[in-house]
Amino acid sequence: MKAPPLEQSPELVSLRRVLDESAAVPVLLFFATGVLWLLAGTVFGLLTSLKFDMPDWLAAIPALTFGRLRPAHLNAVNYGWASLAGAGCLLWLTSRLCMTPVRLRGGLIASVILWNLGVLYGTGAVLLGYGGSVEWLEYPLPAAAMIGAAFLLFAASILQTFRMRSVQHLYVSLWYTVACVVWFPFLYVAANLPIYSGVVHGAVNWWYGHNALAVWFTPIGLALAYYFIPKVIGRPIYSYYLSLLGFWSFALFYNWNGIHHLVGGPVPNWLQTISIIASVLMVIPVMAVAVNHHLTTVGHFRHLRSSPTLRFTVFGAMCYTAVSFQGSLESLRGMQEVVHFTHYTVGHAHLGVYAFLTMILFGAMYYITPRVARWNWPHPGLIKLHFWLTAGGISIYVIAMCTGGILQGYAMNESVRPFAQVIDLTRPWLIARSASGILITGGHLVFAYLFAQMLIHAGPRRETAPWEEAAA
Amino acid sequence: MLFIRLWMFFAGVLATLFLGWAALIGVPGVQLASVPAQPGLRPYTYEEMHGREIYMREGCVYCHTQQTRPQGFGTDQKRMWGRPSVPGDYVYDRPHLLGTSRTGPDLLNIGARQPSRDWHLAHLYNPRAVVPESIMPRFPWLFEEKTGTGPQDVPLAPGSHIVATREALDLYAYLLALNRTYPVRRAEP
Repeated sequence: MKAPPLEQSPELVSLRRVLDESAAVPVLLFFATGVLWLLAGTVFGLLTSLKFDMPDWLAAIPALTFGRLRPAHLNAVNYGWASLAGAGCLLWLTSRLCMTPVRLRGGLIASVILWNLGVLYGTGAVLLGYGGSVEWLEYPLPAAAMIGAAFLLFAASILQTFRMRSVQHLYVSLWYTVACVVWFPFLYVAANLPIYSGVVHGAVNWWYGHNALAVWFTPIGLALAYYFIPKVIGRPIYSYYLSLLGFWSFALFYNWNGIHHLVGGPVPNWLQTISIIASVLMVIPVMAVAVNHHLTTVGHFRHLRSSPTLRFTVFGAMCYTAVSFQGSLESLRGMQEVVHFTHYTVGHAHLGVYAFLTMILFGAMYYITPRVARWNWPHPGLIKLHFWLTAGGISIYVIAMCTGGILQGYAMNESVRPFAQVIDLTRPWLIARSASGILITGGHLVFAYLFAQMLIHAGPRRETAPWEEAAA
Repeated sequence: MLFIRLWMFFAGVLATLFLGWAALIGVPGVQLASVPAQPGLRPYTYEEMHGREIYMREGCVYCHTQQTRPQGFGTDQKRMWGRPSVPGDYVYDRPHLLGTSRTGPDLLNIGARQPSRDWHLAHLYNPRAVVPESIMPRFPWLFEEKTGTGPQDVPLAPGSHIVATREALDLYAYLLALNRTYPVRRAEP
């Protein structure tokens, strides 16, 4: 008989159980409220999309006008869903990688409450007409302050858990985790200061808007992909040195990207140019991460069939490569002349925050939830349905918006074409986007149903529970 | 395994964020802080400021930019949307409303391009009444129905009982103030 591998020794199995128990309450609170915001944000998003197709539908209700639903959608899914679910994942991950229980758990409970109140206040304010009209920073100052304070409590817990670590080795995922909890508070405070005006405010806006991805959302996605791909497949990451190059080039180049949102605008030319250069330099960290993730996966695709975690995570990791190369290309002046101001940008944003980040979050939650809720996913068939609805939906979304956006951009750049014709041209692509939104909404309902069953231990009890399983 | 000491890791993390901030915000902040308003630009009036708040409240920025691109970069010039805008055109804009999307046309010079009050009020009440292809939202809550109209009331059309509220009139005042057609008198970065 073969001896069990080291990582399945009884000591380690019981240690992992202690760690997961320490994480259970805060992680489940972050997840559960995150899923609620996912549902709310999805409704806002779908309504926003339908408004393009049927502008006279629900047209007499101020709170449901396009200009309020759109920021409500963006903020609810980013500060509600992605941030809360991401924070929950990072808590669990930090505890596992540091081999020590989650610390400052009282603070985490306060953090969840404060965070949700902030998102509720902010989103409500946007819908009632108190939004700030500064993209990604629409929340009124008190709501932003609540989210900032909640983030500090969360960051304190991560850093304290990290400080009490009982391991020598700091795995790649921990670099991204620790870095992002240090970065984000500086970014968020600097961007929310009510001191800017004019063109400098535009620069601050996009320095922030892009950096919310650079220093918060992307590190979450990468930390989780770096952890789950090797974990589920059961082989080490392809190259450790490459991940080091990937991390530092990421840290150096990514946060210079923001001004590519203002190419051709009234900001100094040198400023646009350095952001374009930095965007192209992003090829370096992206290649490093891509090689690491994809070459770890290659030859092990059969695991995609059995592990929902891997299926979602590998889909997300592939989309990270795609969205990053797309972003580098998109920042070039020749491309910006056409696609800036079009739906192409919206397609790109969803390839990033949804196809990359949200899909990886789903994957991570499929792994983490059974371990903290101590219940197994009751309906494997529904998980498959969730995957195909969301993966299919977002694929249609991105293709429709990017194709429609390019056509829209070329049409706008034909000066003889009346503007009304440009609008007509985009209609079929916007209808395709609404259809994709219906698929995605269906996927989210399935996921929320599954997640609710996990919380209340409903549904059929399945044979092997993951905390008893030997294999990952 | 970081290959460096932990404090160096944290120092590096902070340094990278600070470098990006200094390059994208710090330096341009200093460079642009000294840019005065273009001589042709005047501050917004009270009504225009109120109109600007309505513009923000209804999220106009999500479909309309307020920045005009130079010759050779897009067709703003050929579409007569106005000369390329410069930082001195935005000195009184707080918050900025540069925008990133042109689901609708650029509005930086809408006040010069379409000054008609009747057109704007009808368009705000129902955009498809004036532009059949439009997908812009309607804003009926900026209007009210009155049984009898007085001399101060601004009806949608002569004899109409639908009159513009203060909000609609101030929003129109703001749109009319969106006019940066004065010549650029001072070279800018």
